[in-house]
Amino acid sequence: MKLLTGNDLKTGFVTWWTGADWSLHIEDAADVGEQGEAILAAEEGARRVNAPYIIAGEQTADGPRPAHIKDRIRALGPTVRPDLTLKPADPAAGDWVI
Amino acid sequence: MYKYDEYDQQMVDARVAEFSDQVRRRLAGEITEDQFKPLRLMNGLYLQLHAYMLRVAVPYGTLDSRQMRMLAHIARKYDRDYGHFTTRQNIQYNWIKLEDAPAILADLASVEMHAIQTSGNCIRNISSDQWAGAAADEITDPRPWAELLRQWSSFHPEFSYLPRKFKIAVIAADEDRAAMRLHDIGIQIVEKDGVHGAAFYVGGGMGRTPMIAPLIKDFVPLEDMLSYAEACLRVYNRYGRRDNIYKARIKILIHELGADEYRRQVEEEFKHVKSLGIDPPKAEFDRIAAQFASPPLDASAPDAIDRSDPDFAVWVDQNVAAHKIPGHAIVNISLKPVGGIPGDASSAQIDLMADLAEKYSHDELRVTHAQNIVLPHVRKADLYSIWQELDAAGLATPNLDLISDIIACPGLDYCSLANARSIPVAQKIATRFSDLGRQKELGELKLKISGCINACGHHHAGHIGILGVDRKGTENYQLLLGGSGAEDVSLGTITGPGFDEDGIVDAIERVTDKYLAERSEGERFVDTFRRVGIAPFKEAIYG
Repeated sequence: MKLLTGNDLKTGFVTWWTGADWSLHIEDAADVGEQGEAILAAEEGARRVNAPYIIAGEQTADGPRPAHIKDRIRALGPTVRPDLTLKPADPAAGDWVI
Repeated sequence: MYKYDEYDQQMVDARVAEFSDQVRRRLAGEITEDQFKPLRLMNGLYLQLHAYMLRVAVPYGTLDSRQMRMLAHIARKYDRDYGHFTTRQNIQYNWIKLEDAPAILADLASVEMHAIQTSGNCIRNISSDQWAGAAADEITDPRPWAELLRQWSSFHPEFSYLPRKFKIAVIAADEDRAAMRLHDIGIQIVEKDGVHGAAFYVGGGMGRTPMIAPLIKDFVPLEDMLSYAEACLRVYNRYGRRDNIYKARIKILIHELGADEYRRQVEEEFKHVKSLGIDPPKAEFDRIAAQFASPPLDASAPDAIDRSDPDFAVWVDQNVAAHKIPGHAIVNISLKPVGGIPGDASSAQIDLMADLAEKYSHDELRVTHAQNIVLPHVRKADLYSIWQELDAAGLATPNLDLISDIIACPGLDYCSLANARSIPVAQKIATRFSDLGRQKELGELKLKISGCINACGHHHAGHIGILGVDRKGTENYQLLLGGSGAEDVSLGTITGPGFDEDGIVDAIERVTDKYLAERSEGERFVDTFRRVGIAPFKEAIYG
């Protein structure tokens, strides 16, 4: 699958294209298929998201999972500060990254 | 320490106003990211993995307690309650919102600080010896010269768009505590026939092509220092490559021209520059220098230290350095607790260090390039009280210059350029070697980790260096041995194939075991490495 991601203009937080809008949670991310470039261009024009780009991922039982560790760290948060990730109460969340 | 005059303050305030309007226009959609990006970078605002990151300049690493408290305030109000002290004596905040950036810069300006020239192809924050003004071995305080360079380089119109970024360090002791020769220009204040001058080393750097700066001029009269620096920059600005970012640093130009030809061109340019009159009149330099006058330190203060508390004695032996005034000492606060994140400090810890500086260190603190904090002017009689307060706050780890005093860049946990994580490796190594007796047995051992070839973690200059790389989508760590950023400067040598995260920790243990087996009396790790060469270590690592 292909995922469209970027950083929110105001906050800089990592954000994922859901098919209709942007979400902070990768679980909401949609497979953009071959439409990625067109969506990217339109969303850049809307100026809500910074530096959007398309990445490879796979659909898993837990939802979309980026192929590269850098994007998995982006999706969760710093592995060295579990308290600052999007899942601070889940001690196993870091396993999803590595 | 230096206090802004009206011009300094006007410049910084004007920049805050200008950037506030630029942010407003960006948020309103009036300018694109392509238009905005160079503007935000000029104000130290990067976009990193998780959010915007703000890098705040700490000129030559010197702060007063009011400024330190402001850093804590920013961490608490605008970020996530912590800051990260960097290898260029600055501080970074990892979770900044664009809409908050103007308010943060205004807060910084209120205490004579800013984030200008902490990014971009300009002259970056001037770095220096963290013990400046206090070190027993310095010939003078280098900071007035660093401040002069700061003023000269701030908004310098000719050098705002150099081929690439440009870093300058200034020291005034033979012991190099600022990695001076690994800067684009390293200046050492030296003495000749009873007169002080500046030795210019030009063309050093780390990154993907590490080089040690050659000596370009052994003695520049101090009244010519700015003109000589200007000449060095002019030759670079004229001939430095702009067609290839990887060959754009001055080190590449000097390597390709040769030091002799570069020196010839600089000397020729210097003759012209000197006629322009850019060096300040003596009265202006004296005005600056007067602000760095030593605080009133009582040389008759008691010199003895009560070492009856054994934990305190261990800390004194490792983290306290000699001061030039009897009865006083330099306190080095380690930001490297075992298992912690190198260089990180909570807002409460930052506030505490500010309080200690105000109470015990004549209101002064320093940030070190090794990502620690210094209280430079402490009475020996106050050391025990300081240690007790540091210990209660988790800031009394007695590991300065030991294997767990690790320099590490933010790595892939935060940085968009990184290929691998640095911090977890640092944590695992510090944990593996957590026994203090074992660390002290190993002695001085500077371990430095970078998460990519850009070398923010100074891996080339580590006695043991680690470079994180991306190998087919997984993190891999190369091991380097024999580097040094000190006066015995050298570049590390890669041992061979890399390792995974646990493998690199095991490899380091094999390296340190080999050192203990091979060392002669009094040898540090790097001394033994230089004597026996890499072969025995490779055999120990790879079999």
